[in-house]
Amino acid sequence: MNSPHQHCEVAVIGGGAIGLAVAWRAAQRGMSVVVLERDEVGMGASHVAAGMLAAVGEADPGERGLLELALESAARWPSFAEELAEACGIDPGYRRCGTLRVARDRDEAEALEHEADRRRELGLAVRRLRPSEARAREPALAPTIRQALELPDDHAVDPRLLCATLARAADAAGAQLRERAGVARVLARGERVSGVELADGSLLDCEKVVVAAGCWSGVDGLVPVGAELPVRPVKGQILRLRDPLGPGLLRGVVRVDHAYLVARGDGRYVLGATVEDRGFDTTVTAGGAWELIRDVAEAVPGVLELELEEMTAGLRPGTPDNAPFVGAGVLEGLVWATGHYRNGILLCPVTAELVAAELAGEAGAGIAAAFSPTRFATVGAGALT
Amino acid sequence: MTENGLHAEDALVISGRALHSRLILGSGGFPRQSALVDAIAASGAELVTVAMRRVEPDAPGSLLDVLDSAGVDVLPNTAGCYTARDAVLTARLAREALGTDWIKLEVIGDERTLLPDAPELLAAAETLVDEGFVVLPYTSDDPVIARRLEDLGCAAVMPLGSPIGSGMGIRNPYNIAIICERATVPVVLDAGVGTASDAALAMELGCDAVLCASAIARAADPVAMAAAIRAAIEAGRLAAGAGRIPRRLYAEASSPDAGLADLSSSTSARGGAPSLGEPR
Repeated sequence: MNSPHQHCEVAVIGGGAIGLAVAWRAAQRGMSVVVLERDEVGMGASHVAAGMLAAVGEADPGERGLLELALESAARWPSFAEELAEACGIDPGYRRCGTLRVARDRDEAEALEHEADRRRELGLAVRRLRPSEARAREPALAPTIRQALELPDDHAVDPRLLCATLARAADAAGAQLRERAGVARVLARGERVSGVELADGSLLDCEKVVVAAGCWSGVDGLVPVGAELPVRPVKGQILRLRDPLGPGLLRGVVRVDHAYLVARGDGRYVLGATVEDRGFDTTVTAGGAWELIRDVAEAVPGVLELELEEMTAGLRPGTPDNAPFVGAGVLEGLVWATGHYRNGILLCPVTAELVAAELAGEAGAGIAAAFSPTRFATVGAGALT
Repeated sequence: MTENGLHAEDALVISGRALHSRLILGSGGFPRQSALVDAIAASGAELVTVAMRRVEPDAPGSLLDVLDSAGVDVLPNTAGCYTARDAVLTARLAREALGTDWIKLEVIGDERTLLPDAPELLAAAETLVDEGFVVLPYTSDDPVIARRLEDLGCAAVMPLGSPIGSGMGIRNPYNIAIICERATVPVVLDAGVGTASDAALAMELGCDAVLCASAIARAADPVAMAAAIRAAIEAGRLAAGAGRIPRRLYAEASSPDAGLADLSSSTSARGGAPSLGEPR
């Protein structure tokens, strides 16, 4: 657009929560950083995300590495939120509200029992609640619930506020945010990154590129051949509701099978989310709304009284093993911060730290090894892409 | 057939096509794509079902790409259809998108139980058979309905052991045995398997194959469960061929009474093992 050859140290592709947090941390370390966002900052998956910080709720015995990373990030959230609020004067909406997992019938109660056992085996904090105890905590729960599980360490944040604060903090730290600046491709000279070419044809020279482009991180042609990673879009439909009477219906997060309701604390609620492998489709459907409302209304009947403010569909960046790609890949200077699937907001603090350390040339922390972008390299070309 | 019954010629033949694995895998419900890929390898399955309502054939990195890379064939199903009309449209869509005439036909009658709607199922099967599809219908464990489906020209019948995803095993083994005894097309036990022994029982009852999804996908270790169910199917098939003994109310000693070892000297003197000279 302007001068054909601009220069910076680090170009971050993607201005969502992850890209902005990486930019903030990198700029804090004194690097010159440019964030390149195809739309407006925070308008991708971050705009749609509910903001559950569900390290325990999403734990799977087959994903222990991811659990470790999630717990590490959850532990960093309080100081991350505090630092962010100090950096820009706005609270990012982090709420230590806890989560209740609710069973609606006998089958779900048995499954919940099973879930509780698995989590205890993993050393996670869960507490079984009688229906009366659960309803004492959240009186809006239906009298018909069969059982509940308290996940006292699963909290929530408002991802839209988070992106707004991250953008301000990154800006204040010296990062340059460029909106409507889609990246056509990452450029390489020999075996290392040399810059990026933008959608408008202009070039930006840089030493390092961070790919934080969410579900678009895996599109053909973005990075040089041989450096691609298997990231695919996983659609999620979600509703935003508002209580005309103000706050009070729910205190924290309530989860049932396949759906959840997150209280923002001010009378607004987020009800999500479907999980659909439908490519880049972002249509919202009657069936999506119906399934979500039906499932949650059985646990929280009062949800039917709320005003429906918004229904959106977003695209999570999915990977073959549900774990993100964090760190350096095969091409020198190309660093990945993507593939966070259902846990992008939760993993924001730890991802930003790990990537900033990588950019600064610090030895990778032990935890990062399991999320190396090269972990599917042995699978053979294209086997999982 | 050779003595062990597991040689290469013991293939499952559906509509003229030989399958060497008697485990058909459902692709739904896996916690992550890599678990599906690893479970496919561990299961040895050659045929994997895919819900047409849940896939986007053109989406990069989607389920279909994964199955293609895994080298298995896709068996599209009409999961989520509640009317014959929807099921027929879905089958046509699948033929168009995936280039296969094979369809696992599901017409669900009730959202809570996901049990098949027999009249709609029969209507859809009739239409699809007429249109040249190889129809594999998911049906109840009613031998009469199974027979009707076969008469309509279905290539196999797929009775349920218990409701989809319930893991309740085979609730009516007598009906499954009757269906197997009377069928002239392959019988594939479809829903209800919760663990390996359920799959073994299905084979012992005379089923030709087992379709498994939730039992593997939602197991704590899907890959280990895939291997277990594969082994169980082989064991059950062998046992069915081996011929089980009749059940008796009272014991029947397995060794003759005559010629028992004289244990008095050996046990008192050495306190060790009695004479093992007599066959047991």
